[in-house]
Amino acid sequence: MMLRIKRVPTVVSNYQKEETEEAAAAARRVSGCGRNCLNKCCIQGAKLPLYAFKRVNKFKTEMGVHGHEVREPEPPVAFLDSLVLGEWEDRVQRGLFRYDVTACETRVIPGQYGFIAQLNEGRHLKKRPTEFRVDKVLQPFDGNKFNFTKVGQEEVLFQFEASEDGEVQFHPSAPIDVENSPSVVAINVSPIEYGHVLLIPRVLECLPQRIDRDSFLLALYMAAEAGNPYFRLGYNSLGAFATINHLHFQAYYMALPFPIEKAPTKKIISTGSGVKISELLNYPVRGLVFEGGNSLEDLSNTVSDACICLQENNIPYNVLIADCGKRIFLLPQCYAEKQALGEVSSELLDTQVNPAVWEISGHMVLKRKKDYEEASEENAWRLLAEVSLSEERYQEVNALIFEAIARGDDANGGVAESVIGEADAKPKSGGEVDAINKNSCPAMVSGTPECLVLHSGSRYCGLMIRYCFYKLASAMTY
Amino acid sequence: MDSQLGLIEQSFNNRYTLWVHEALDELPDSFTITDPSISGHPIVFASRGFLKMSGFSRAEIIGRNGRMFQGPRTNRRTIMEIREAIREERPIEVNLLNYKKDGTPFWMLFKMSLVFGKEDGRATHFVAVQVPIVSRKHMRNSGMSYSEDGGGSRLREIVFGSCRREVCSDSLLDLDRVLALDSDDTGLEIEDSCEASDLEKRKAATAIDNILSVLTHYSQLTGRLVCGKRCSLPGMGFISSSLYISLGRIKQSFVLIDPHLPDMPMVYASDAFLKLTGYDRNEVVGQNCRFLNGVDTDTTVLYQIKESIRTEQACTVRILNYRKDKSSFWNLLHISPIRNASGKIAYFAAVHTEEGCRNQDRHGLSLEMRQLSAIGAIKVAVRSLSMGAGPSKS
Repeated sequence: MMLRIKRVPTVVSNYQKEETEEAAAAARRVSGCGRNCLNKCCIQGAKLPLYAFKRVNKFKTEMGVHGHEVREPEPPVAFLDSLVLGEWEDRVQRGLFRYDVTACETRVIPGQYGFIAQLNEGRHLKKRPTEFRVDKVLQPFDGNKFNFTKVGQEEVLFQFEASEDGEVQFHPSAPIDVENSPSVVAINVSPIEYGHVLLIPRVLECLPQRIDRDSFLLALYMAAEAGNPYFRLGYNSLGAFATINHLHFQAYYMALPFPIEKAPTKKIISTGSGVKISELLNYPVRGLVFEGGNSLEDLSNTVSDACICLQENNIPYNVLIADCGKRIFLLPQCYAEKQALGEVSSELLDTQVNPAVWEISGHMVLKRKKDYEEASEENAWRLLAEVSLSEERYQEVNALIFEAIARGDDANGGVAESVIGEADAKPKSGGEVDAINKNSCPAMVSGTPECLVLHSGSRYCGLMIRYCFYKLASAMTY
Repeated sequence: MDSQLGLIEQSFNNRYTLWVHEALDELPDSFTITDPSISGHPIVFASRGFLKMSGFSRAEIIGRNGRMFQGPRTNRRTIMEIREAIREERPIEVNLLNYKKDGTPFWMLFKMSLVFGKEDGRATHFVAVQVPIVSRKHMRNSGMSYSEDGGGSRLREIVFGSCRREVCSDSLLDLDRVLALDSDDTGLEIEDSCEASDLEKRKAATAIDNILSVLTHYSQLTGRLVCGKRCSLPGMGFISSSLYISLGRIKQSFVLIDPHLPDMPMVYASDAFLKLTGYDRNEVVGQNCRFLNGVDTDTTVLYQIKESIRTEQACTVRILNYRKDKSSFWNLLHISPIRNASGKIAYFAAVHTEEGCRNQDRHGLSLEMRQLSAIGAIKVAVRSLSMGAGPSKS
C-alpha cells in the first residue's frame, strides 16, 4: 500500500509550474528555450559570479595549540555573507520575490524556549493540492517534474565551489563550466526569512533528493565560510516535507537562537575521529546532535553516514546545520506517515503547518491570522510532539545509526585505537557482555563475547562498546 | 586601528574620571569590561587578575573580542547562551571552558553583568568576572559524560548508585585520576562539563559588586552616572546595544534615519560614515542629514529622495555632499526602507559611497554589491532584533 498526502507545494522558482502544466510542457518538449534557464538550451555562454572557498583541514581556532597561531583581526561581515546578502537584496529590488518577507509580522512566542511565529499569508497559494508519496525516502529523479535546471538564471546568485589553490577566490562573472559540474546558490522566491536561498550541489547532474558525503560536505563548507551563526542550513528528506526531488539544501538568516539550539543535550559518545554525539533532551522532537571532529570532513562524514543509514532504511528525516557548521541536528520523523494514515488531528492539519526542518527547529510560518495570534509554546510543542518518533522507535533508529557510524569510523581509522572499556569487556564478566549484546544492541554483528575480543583493536568495536555502556548506564539510572 | 584605540580610551573617559583605572587595578579579581557601542564589541579593560590568570599581556587583549579565549572544547551551547544574554542585555552566570595564552584549557565560572547609564537607560558596558573552578566535580545526573578513559570506574560508579556519592566520591575521583593517567596519551585530560561550587559563586558575586561600586563612584565625579540596573527606560530613537553590535560589523558608510521622530533625525552613524565626512559621532547623531548638503547640491535630487521616503521606496541617486571641512564629494547614495518585526517601517538606511573610490574591494565585490549587502545586513539585524520581547526591564 502506497502512502500519500496532499499538499500545495511551495513555489520556490518563478518558473515552477503546477504539476499538470509541467508534465504537459515536458510532453511538448518545451523545456525552456528563451527563458534563460540552466538547461542545455540556454546555458551556453552563461555567466555567474563564482565563489571558490578554501578547503580547511583543521577547524580554525583563534588560539593555536601553543598560542602560536596568528591572531585574526575582528571578523567583520564575512565575504560570503556579504555576497549572499548583496545578491539577495539585488533580487529584492528587481522584484523577483513573490512578496516582501520583511513585511510579514513575526514574533517570539513567550515561553521557555522562544518559538518563533510568522504570519505569512502570501507564501501559500490557493491552488489545488498535489499528491506526494511519503513512504519512500529514496525516489529516482524525474525530469518531467520541476527541478532546478528549470530555474531562470536571474534566480541564481552565484556558483559555489572549492578553490583549486587553497585560497578564497571570487570571480564576479565566471562562465558556468558545464564539464566541471558546478554547484549553485539560488533564491527561494517564497522566502521564509530574509536571505532564503537554496544550495544545489552539482545542479546539472540532476541528483535526486538524497544525501551523499560530498554534498553534505559542500553544505558544511557553506555554513563555515559564511561565518555567521545566524545563517543556518537545513535539509528535508523525501517523506519529511521536501517537495522537490532534486538534491538541495536551504538556508536563511535569523538573528535569534532557534528553540532547538537552546535544548539541553546529553552526550552519548565520541567517535574515533573526535565527533561528539549527543541526544536532545527536553525537546518535543527526539534527535541527535553532532559536534566537534578532528576536521570538518570528519564531522561531515559522520553525519552523512548517519543520514545515508536513515535513507537506506527508509526513515524520513531532517537536518539542521547550525553554529557555522559546528553543531548539526539530525531528526528522524514520522509526521507524513501519520498524516497519510489519517492519524493526525484535524485541528493540527488545519494549520497547514508542514513540519519540515525549520518548523522542527522552532520557526513556524502560519498562514492564518487566527493561528498566529493564538500561537503558544504549548501549541507548538503539541504539533512537534506529533512529528517525533516514539521513544522505542527512536532507540531502534539510534542503534542503526551508531552501527553505521561505527562502520564508517572503522573504515576511516588507520590506527587501531585501544580503549580501556574494551579491556574491561573481556570476559570474565562474559555473561554481562553477552547480556549487553542481546538486549540493548540488536544491531551488533554477533552476540558472542569472543567476537568482541577478536576485533578488540578496531574502532568499530570501540564505538559500539562505548555505545552499549551508555545504554546500560542510562537504563540503570532510571 | 588608531581610531579604535582612541575610541577605547574614550569609552572610559566619557563616563569615569581617570582614577577609575587605578581603582579597578586595586581589585584582586579577574575581570574584563567590554563596550558594545564600539564596533566588534571589544574589551576595553582587563584586570591584573585576568592577565595573570590568562597569561596574556594587556596589549594583546584590549581591543579584542572575548571569543579569543574560546577554543575547540569550549561548549558551543554555552557560547550561544552568552551571546543571547548579550543580545537581550541581561546578566548571566555559566560554567565555561576557556584557553590561556599557552593553549591550556581551564574551567571557570563566567559571571556577566551590565552597567547602564542612569539617565538614558542605555547599556554602556558589560562586566565579566572569571572565577577559576578548582574543585573537580563530575556531573552525576543527566549531564553524564562518558569519557574515553575510565570504562571500569564508570561501571563502578553506576553500580553503586548516586547515594554513596558523599562517602566514596573522593576515592573514586582518585581512581579516575589514576586511570586517566594510565590510559591517557593525549596529554591534558579535561572534563566535558564542570560545576562551580557555592564558594566560587559567592566570589563571583562579590567581585561584580565591587566593580560596580567602583564604576558607580567614579561616574558620579563626571556627572554621567551609571548603575547596575536599568533605572530609566531608554528614550525615543533608542538603539539597543545588540543592534549596535550588529550594525558595528558592517564596514560601509551608512546611517539610520528614524522617520517617526520630528525632523527625521539620524539615530545611528557608522564609523565609516564619520571617517568619510569628518564629523564626530556626537555631532551628527540626532541631526537631520541635511547638514551634508550645501550650496551646489542639486535640489531636484533632494526632492527625489524625499519622494522615495514618502512612497517608502528604495532609490539610488548621485548627490553632491559636503564634509565637515567644507570640501565636497560626489556621493552615490542608496536609500532603502528598513522594516522591523512588526512588518512596518522602522528606519530608512542611507548607504554612501564616494565616487571615484576604488571601484571594487580587494575581494572583487562591486561597489553596488557592497552597498546592497550593507542594506541586507541592516534589514536582517533590525528585523531579527525586534522579534523578541526587547531589552530586559530589570
